[in-house]
Amino acid sequence: MRRSGLVRHLYVHLPFCAHRCGYCDFVTVVGRRGEHAAYVDALLTEFEQERWRLAEGVETAFLGGGTPTFTETAALERILSSLPVVEELTVEANPETVTPALAALLGAHGVNRVSLGAQSFRPRLLEVLERVAGPDDVRRAVHTLRDAGFDNISLDLVYGIPGQSASDLEADLADALALEPEHLSCYELEAKPGTRFTHAHGEELQRQAEAMEGYFEQVVETLTGAGYRWYETANFCRGGGGDNGRELRARHNLGIWRGHDYLGVGIGAVSTLGGERRRNLPSLGRYVAALAGGESPPRELEVLDAETRAVELLMLGLRLDEPLRLGGLEPVVDGGALARLVERHLVERVAGGIRLSPRGRLLGGAVTAELLSA
Amino acid sequence: MDQSRIRNFSIIAHIDHGKSTLADRVLQLTETVSEREMRDQLLDSMELERERGITIKAQAVRVQWKGHELNLIDTPGHVDFTYEVSRSLQACEGALLVVDAAQGIEAQTLANAYLAIENDLEIVPVVNKVDLPSADPDGTAAEVCELLGGSPEDVVRISAKTGLNVEQVLDAIVERIPPPDGAVDAPPRALVFDSSYDQYRGVIAFVRVVDGTLPTGAALRAMATGTDFEAEELGFMAPGRMPVETLGAGEVGYVVTGLKDVSRLRVGDTLTLRKGGATTPLPGYKDVKPMVFAGLFPSDSDDYPELRDALERLKLNDGALFYEPETSQALGFGFRCGFLGLLHMEIVRERLEREFDLDLLVTAPTVAYQVKERNGEWLEVHNPAEMPREVDEVQEPYVRAQVIVPKDYVGSAMELCTERRGRFDHMEYLSESRVLLTYDLPLGEIVIDFYDQLKSRTRGYASFDYDLAGFRDGDVTRVDVLVAGEQVDALSLIVHRDAAYERGKLLVERLREEIPRQMFDVAIQAAIGSRVIARETVKAKRKDVLAKCYGGDITRKRKLLEKQKKGKKRMKQVAGVEVPQEAFLAVLNLDGEKRK
Repeated sequence: MRRSGLVRHLYVHLPFCAHRCGYCDFVTVVGRRGEHAAYVDALLTEFEQERWRLAEGVETAFLGGGTPTFTETAALERILSSLPVVEELTVEANPETVTPALAALLGAHGVNRVSLGAQSFRPRLLEVLERVAGPDDVRRAVHTLRDAGFDNISLDLVYGIPGQSASDLEADLADALALEPEHLSCYELEAKPGTRFTHAHGEELQRQAEAMEGYFEQVVETLTGAGYRWYETANFCRGGGGDNGRELRARHNLGIWRGHDYLGVGIGAVSTLGGERRRNLPSLGRYVAALAGGESPPRELEVLDAETRAVELLMLGLRLDEPLRLGGLEPVVDGGALARLVERHLVERVAGGIRLSPRGRLLGGAVTAELLSA
Repeated sequence: MDQSRIRNFSIIAHIDHGKSTLADRVLQLTETVSEREMRDQLLDSMELERERGITIKAQAVRVQWKGHELNLIDTPGHVDFTYEVSRSLQACEGALLVVDAAQGIEAQTLANAYLAIENDLEIVPVVNKVDLPSADPDGTAAEVCELLGGSPEDVVRISAKTGLNVEQVLDAIVERIPPPDGAVDAPPRALVFDSSYDQYRGVIAFVRVVDGTLPTGAALRAMATGTDFEAEELGFMAPGRMPVETLGAGEVGYVVTGLKDVSRLRVGDTLTLRKGGATTPLPGYKDVKPMVFAGLFPSDSDDYPELRDALERLKLNDGALFYEPETSQALGFGFRCGFLGLLHMEIVRERLEREFDLDLLVTAPTVAYQVKERNGEWLEVHNPAEMPREVDEVQEPYVRAQVIVPKDYVGSAMELCTERRGRFDHMEYLSESRVLLTYDLPLGEIVIDFYDQLKSRTRGYASFDYDLAGFRDGDVTRVDVLVAGEQVDALSLIVHRDAAYERGKLLVERLREEIPRQMFDVAIQAAIGSRVIARETVKAKRKDVLAKCYGGDITRKRKLLEKQKKGKKRMKQVAGVEVPQEAFLAVLNLDGEKRK
């Protein structure tokens, strides 16, 4: 019997979706109702193989997808029952899948945080994104979860959608705030070259680029104005004492941004384990076959040397509103650049390290690139 | 060989009018090379020359025709090499003037023809490409005769391509071009009209013996430079090297000198014996000075040693190339290079990039200014950043320019010359439809973009040539560019005072387009001394961050970040502003922008 490991964060990937949205770049599998059970068998086998890496007290687990709540109920239930007891257990859900029965199932298995993919409240924009749920589905889902006692709900919003005006965004933010979520994740739509979405909307996005440049600022101003804490580049939570000091940041992701190790299981799942990052290959068939034969799933490996880890700590740490300790990062930080950035009020020296100023955070990519030594 | 049976000639022609093809036919017809050996355009040996259809370095080939020894001295075909052309012509008694029957005479051809006439050469006019459907042999012959005198019946009409009438050209050379008449028994004097560098044998001089005889092994002296060497080998080209014991009066050939540096043996110099040699050199030697200057910087500063080595090697074969180290705050370590003219600069740049595989940043060309400082001392300024802010007097180089245009475009060509501070001299009708304009122009006004503008305003019909015409007073001023309050040396320009405001304004506008938005507002200013004459602002970016970053895509995000970092490395840092290399070229097409 191997002694228990140190990993405190667990990620479980459930790839199934009813439909693949045009902009999505996650590992997803559409339909295949008949394969859910087999996949979950394989996933649980992998979990058993890797379980020894987990610490005794696992802090967080996160069920992501895909649409985890699209997974057949029986299969989903088997997973939920197999998970260790954790402090924060998050499940991602699409609004149209949230029923009272599902909410009850999640609650019964210790899920204490639900992340809902709302994306927008404009039907026209939801159509562009090829989302199944309409605005009312989002509202109904939130109410259903509230009725079932969930007190930590996160909404995902997307901005920079082709055809989205500044007033569309204003309305989306207002609609989201009206639901009083504990947490909001707001992403700029990323049109990756070569994707179906970019093919369809790339030119429109190019035309809008200048107009949309202010959207990020608009999001930050609106949400912080409504009392939310902008604790990570794209993430906001209620807080500041109004919730009896409850931690409403996404603790799972917070661990990752702080550079902690994490274990991922399922197709496409990534783990970072000390000096190694590995990624399960995305093929469902090969994954199921390998684990059915008692093998490890096919994986890509990447060795992370000390310098690479330091670059990542810098890159991730500067996304947060808490100070980043520079101790140990000296080899990858350009001291001259740091001084210049401080002078330009993009970086602030604070007790315990450095952090980006509000404007520095809007320019976080450029600031980090500047800060990295050549 | 008895001088009466020697004929020395060169071929004057515009690019593409068929000089090289005619030379090839001559080599074939005289059986100097066999069909099998024949390569098209054999005389142009450098790759670049072949590709651009121009001859950069002259060479000399000896052929036999009906009991005569004919030396064809090939001349460089471009304005920048006027001095080299004049030395080549001095080595001849006659010249073939080759004109395309469909194109008519061009400015460049005319300039060289005048040069030949000034050197008292017998001109044999040849109209080429008479086989083309668009050819107008009679009209072209008439135009040539109007310009140079003579009778249209004396114009030889050929097709170098098909070989039609090429033997008539050879006969005309023998009949019409006079033989040399040097003093056979005098101490030897030989004119150096070209040189090249052979990595095994050192500098090889191409010479025309004017008086006396050069023997192999003789101790020789180049009279102007005072360089001494032994004539390790003498010979002539046919077209490979054919060694001989002696080169006599009137003959053309080569001398293997063993010298390791071409700059020690200059074109135009006179070779004689070290002991018992001539006392008076042949006339006409000039120390040619580069007139056009530009900074050459490696795009990647790590390539500096390679650039230095490449320039050293080019210099071996190009005595006119000048270079010295230059350090720019903006561009780092490089060289300030001097060229005879724009084509020379273009050729050097292309050879560096192509033969030496270098990625270069070339700053805007400038000319040599003579500057009198407040303390009364004169200095020569090759670099705008070195122009003193306070000057007493500035002299700038002028050229006498000849522009040939179809008469419908006279207005456009004159307008351009006027904009460029040209002073009209005169206008002649070459034929009913073509006009020759003569202008005095400041060289500084034509080094950037003049020829392109001339071409585009005349639908490509204009041809252009110039001769240096000395220095004149110039009311010029230095315009500096400041990026984020810091002066960028590589962007300074010297312009006429009246144009300073407009140029400065255009330059900062172009820079605003070229400099990407940064994390802060960047002011771009043009200034004369401390007075700002134009200003633009590159607005700060409002957002530059990847929205989403979770456990699954840290590697990809890190790679994007590293790519962003690498992109920054290619930029030049000026006052903390990342300036792309392209921005340094903005000054090169100010007019393109303005007249778009």
